[in-house]
Formats: sequence, structure tokens, C-alpha cells
Amino acid sequence: MSGEHPREVDPVTGYDTTGHDWNGIRELNTPFPRFVLWILAATVVYSVVAWILLPAWPTGRDYTRGLLGLDQGAAAVAGLQALDGERQGWLDHFDPADFAALSADTALLDVAMPAAARLFGDNCAACHGAGGVGGPGFPVLADATWLWGGDPETVAETIRVGINADHPDTRVAQMPTFEWLTRDERLALADWVATLREGTAAADAPAATLFADNCAACHGEAAEGNMMNGAPSLIDRAVIYGQDPATIAETLRHGRQGVMPTWSGRLSEAEINLLALYVTRLGEGGQ
Amino acid sequence: MPLRLHYNLEKLSMGLVVGIIVAASIGGIVEIAPLFTIDETVAVPEDLRPHTPLELAGREIYMREGCYACHSQMIRSLADEIDRYGPYSRAGESAFDHPMLWGSKRTGPDLARVGGKYTDAWHVRHLIDPRAVVPASIMPSYPWLTRPLETGLLGEQLATLARLGVPYDADMVGQAAADALSQSRPDSAGAPDVQARYGEGVALRAFDGDPSRLTEMDAVVAYLQSLGTLTNVAHAEARQ
Ligand code: HEC
Ligand code: HEC
Ligand code: HEC
Repeated sequence: MSGEHPREVDPVTGYDTTGHDWNGIRELNTPFPRFVLWILAATVVYSVVAWILLPAWPTGRDYTRGLLGLDQGAAAVAGLQALDGERQGWLDHFDPADFAALSADTALLDVAMPAAARLFGDNCAACHGAGGVGGPGFPVLADATWLWGGDPETVAETIRVGINADHPDTRVAQMPTFEWLTRDERLALADWVATLREGTAAADAPAATLFADNCAACHGEAAEGNMMNGAPSLIDRAVIYGQDPATIAETLRHGRQGVMPTWSGRLSEAEINLLALYVTRLGEGGQ
Repeated sequence: MPLRLHYNLEKLSMGLVVGIIVAASIGGIVEIAPLFTIDETVAVPEDLRPHTPLELAGREIYMREGCYACHSQMIRSLADEIDRYGPYSRAGESAFDHPMLWGSKRTGPDLARVGGKYTDAWHVRHLIDPRAVVPASIMPSYPWLTRPLETGLLGEQLATLARLGVPYDADMVGQAAADALSQSRPDSAGAPDVQARYGEGVALRAFDGDPSRLTEMDAVVAYLQSLGTLTNVAHAEARQ
């Protein structure tokens, strides 16, 4: 059937037609563009070269490794080492860290603080908010009040071991439940505690006695807080959960044990110190 | 000359069909053949533990809700990914996953090593309303995860996976539903059994914060907290 048709050339394009006739319609037999054919040939040639140079064919347990001996995993690790190499110049200063000297070294801080901000964004911001602004249940880090202490060494230790965390030396902060008080006592106490920060709490109220008997041991006689056991001050503006009567009543009813994860497995010692310095500078408006 | 050959072949319908089959099977064989040796090429890490029934239930919900559409579970072998997420994912780490959930599209971050990064309480709040903790988040809310967890099919699911080579023994299959409940009740009598069966590394907690109920939230959070903790092989290799 093929070949026997007389060649029919389309007068407009100069191309052959296929020779078929569908109810008077004839189809052009436009040739495949030459340059595309060349590209096709080039890809075939490239694939043969790639088989020889790069890891390609599986051979049961193994595979052909290619003349270049490339290994993606090794390349990535080498890339990471190169990254580390670039950072070493300044990151090395953070392990061991002399925070006083580091804080004075503005040239170093110019490099280190943007890197710390990125690290904070990847690991801490989900809880403490962008820039450490905090949120219900997660304390503000960009202020001058602290649960455990705000010098870089203490902050580094908090980051390292966490709070109520999965670390043998974790800091432990436990606000016990006061469910055994009557509901009325709890509500009265909550109302009274809520006024502490205004300085309007009556010293002779029954709630004051309740406080002295049950709370002062941890939160301090004047509710000023205690950085040894993580009990927050109840007289300043900083809160973890909330200082309104309803939230305090909730705190008293169920107790609280906020968890701050440990970071010693996930971050290096230098990175932890870097973050500690970053966090302590948040409150000063320095980065 | 080869073009001429093709020109003529195109006109022989049977010849063309045979040609297509030959060409397509070469492509197919090249892709499929290596899978026949997968058991030899992917070494199952010695310390790899299978998911507990509760984590497995969470994995099912993860698939049901389409979390994989936005989250990969595969840290690529690229320097910046290792820097951010930890050692790149090894094939053996998901040897017991059927199907694997590596994924390739990331709208949110990779989750391969998210276990232990956040607290249970954070996950619960984040899943109920991501914007409650990450104001700029575009992740959808999953408030319905607080409903009770259906555990009736867990035993059969473990049995199915056992047939695919996941080392679930008869005991694990038989106790699947009970283990799911016990894992979320650290003080219950069955809790030590879960660790006896699945290893000391298994977390026993009321993942949703309430030990009195077993919810889908328990399962999803247990699953998320297990990600990257089933074997230490990647960290061990990275240290070498
Ligand atoms: C899963 C949520 C979460 C993540 C992620 C997190 N934190 Fe925390 N962090 C907390 C909670 C909750 C507390 C308060 C614990 C408490 O209630 O006692 C806290 C407390 C702290 C404190 C103590 C503050 C003080 O006043 O003494 C510091 C410092 C801190 N976090 C730094 C960090 C840094 C740095 C990171 C990132 C590496 C980080 N956190 C990541 C939840 C988190
Ligand atoms: C055993 C020590 C201890 C005792 C006793 C104690 N607290 Fe606490 N309290 C804490 C700790 C630790 C925290 C922080 C909890 C956390 O980090 O999650 C806390 C947190 C709180 C908070 C939440 C503060 C905030 O910023 O949201 C309130 C309110 C509070 N306590 C009030 C009281 C009252 C009132 C009493 C007495 C009835 C009391 N506490 C007794 C240790 C204690
Ligand atoms: C539409 C895309 C989308 C879907 C679907 C989605 N997420 Fe997300 N997810 C995100 C984005 C974006 C973020 C980053 C912002 C944030 O933390 O909310 C994120 C963050 C997370 C994180 C925190 C990761 C980290 O390291 O900070 C977890 C855990 C998570 N998602 C779990 C889930 C689970 C479980 C599901 C399914 C129930 C899910 N996501 C479905 C987009 C999505």
C-alpha cells in the first residue's frame, strides 16, 4: 500500500501529503523538525556518557558507581562541612563562650546575630513567637523578667536542659493543683492574686492568709517569684498563662507544668550559647 | 534511513503496536527491575522499631487528612537541609512504612525528625488552630481530631503489615487495641507491656493532655512525636 501512491505535494507549503483522502480532506505530512531530531540524538548520547560517568545501573546488591565516583550523601556532608568551615571563624567563639567579651565584640555580633535570628526562627519561634514575643503558655523572651534568670549563662542552661523536659538535669517547675481548696476559696484567691500586680490587694483579706499558707513557700512572701524553682513573680506584668481571675482560677484548679523542650541533642553547644546571647539581647532592643 | 523505517512502521498498525510495547517495556523494566533487589539494597537498621498501634493509628489519620500534601518526611541529601533538619533521611529508616510518606512537596516544613522538637501541648494547640501559636501560619485547622479514636481495626492492620514483613508478632497483633489505649494512659496496668513489646524508647503519655479519653489527637501527636526516633541509624552514620 505504501510507496505506490503517487507523490502529492501541497502547493501552499511545499510539503508532501500523506496520500490519504478523508472525504476530500488531505493531511499534510510535515517532516519532523531537524533540530529537534538533533536534540533527541544529543540526549541519547548524553545518557550514554552519564551511564559511564555517574552512578547508574543496579547490579543486584550494588550499582555501577561511574568513573567520577560521585556520592550524593558524601557530597552533602562535604557541603555541610564547608558551611561549618565558613561559620567556624565566628561560631568557635561561642564554645566555650565568654559572654562579656562576646557582647562587646560588635563586629562579631554583626555576623552572629542574624544567624541566631534564623536559628531562633527555625527552632523557637513556633512557641515563643517571632522575635520572642511570647503567647499564652509560652513566656515572652523579649522582656527583662525571667523565670530562671536572664544572664546568658543561665539562659544557656535553660535551653540546654529544658524545663520539665526529657533531660536528666532538666529544670523542674511544678505548680501543684489546689483542687482541695473549696471552689469559693479558689475564686477568692484568684481575685486577690489578680490584684497583686495593681498593688491594691488587701493584706488583711482571708485570701492573703491562704496565700501565705499555701503559696508563699514557692512564690515568695511578697509574691515576688523565685528563680530557684521557676515560680513566677505574681506582681509584675509578665505572665505565662494569664493574670486575670479566670485564668488564675484555672491555674489553681488544675495546676500547671509548662514544658520547654531540651535542645542539647538537636543543637550544638555553640549554637545554644549563640541563642542564649540572642535571647538576652532581645529585651534590650539589640536585634 | 531510520526515519524511513519509522515512516513505514507507522502504517502497519500491528507492527506499530508491537513497537510501542517493546519501547514501553524497556522503560518499565528499567524502573521496575531494581525493585526486585530492594531487600538487598535497603538494609533494615538493627535498632529500627515498628510503630506502636497508637502511632500507627496516627499515621492513618495523617494520611486521611492529607498532611503529606504539605509536609514531606524526607530530609534531602543537601547541605542546607542537613543544617536545618538534621542528618539526611536514610532509606532504611522507613523500611517498615507501608506506604512510605516521603513526599516531595513542602508547603510546611519537613517532619522527618520533628519528634521531640515540640511539646505535646504545642502540637495539640497547633493542630486545633495553627494560628493560635504561629500567627502567620497557613496550615489548616483540624479541630475535629479531638473526637474518640476508633481502634477496632488496629489488630487487622498490624496483621496486614506483618504479612508485608513488619515484625509484629502474634502478641502485638492480639493486643493492638489494648496497647493503643495503654500507651495514652501511663498509669494503667497495661502501660509497661507497651514498652516491653515495643521498646523502652516508646513514650507513654496522655498525648492530648487528658488520660481519661483516647482521641484521634492522642494518635496523631504520638505519631508526630515518634518521627525520627524509631532508629538512631542516621545520627550514628552522621557521626562517623
Ligand atoms: C514547644 C514549645 C517551645 C519551644 C519550641 C521552645 N520553648 Fe522555650 N519555653 C517554652 C515554655 C512552655 C517555657 C516556660 C516553661 C514553664 O512554663 O515553666 C519556656 C521557657 C523558656 C526560657 C526560660 C525563660 C525564663 O524566663 O527564664 C527560655 C530562655 C527559653 N524558653 C528559650 C527558648 C529557646 C532559645 C528556644 C529555641 C531553641 C525555645 N525556648 C524553644 C516552650 C518552648
Ligand atoms: C510547689 C511550688 C508552688 C506552689 C506551692 C504554688 N505555686 Fe504557683 N507556680 C509554681 C510554678 C513552678 C509555676 C510556673 C508553672 C509553669 O511554669 O508552668 C507557678 C505558676 C503560677 C501561676 C501562673 C502565673 C502566670 O504567669 O501565668 C499562678 C497564678 C500561680 N502559680 C499562683 C499560685 C497560687 C495562688 C498559689 C497558692 C495557692 C501557688 N501558685 C502555689 C509553683 C508553685
Ligand atoms: C496547606 C498545607 C498544610 C497542611 C495540609 C498541613 N500543614 Fe502542617 N504546616 C504547614 C505550614 C505552612 C507550617 C509552618 C507554619 C506553622 O508552624 O504552622 C506547618 C507546620 C507544621 C508543623 C510544625 C513543623 C515545625 O518543625 O515547625 C507540624 C508538626 C505540622 N505542620 C503537622 C501537620 C499535620 C499533622 C497535618 C495534618 C493533620 C498538617 N500539618 C497539615 C502547612 C500544612
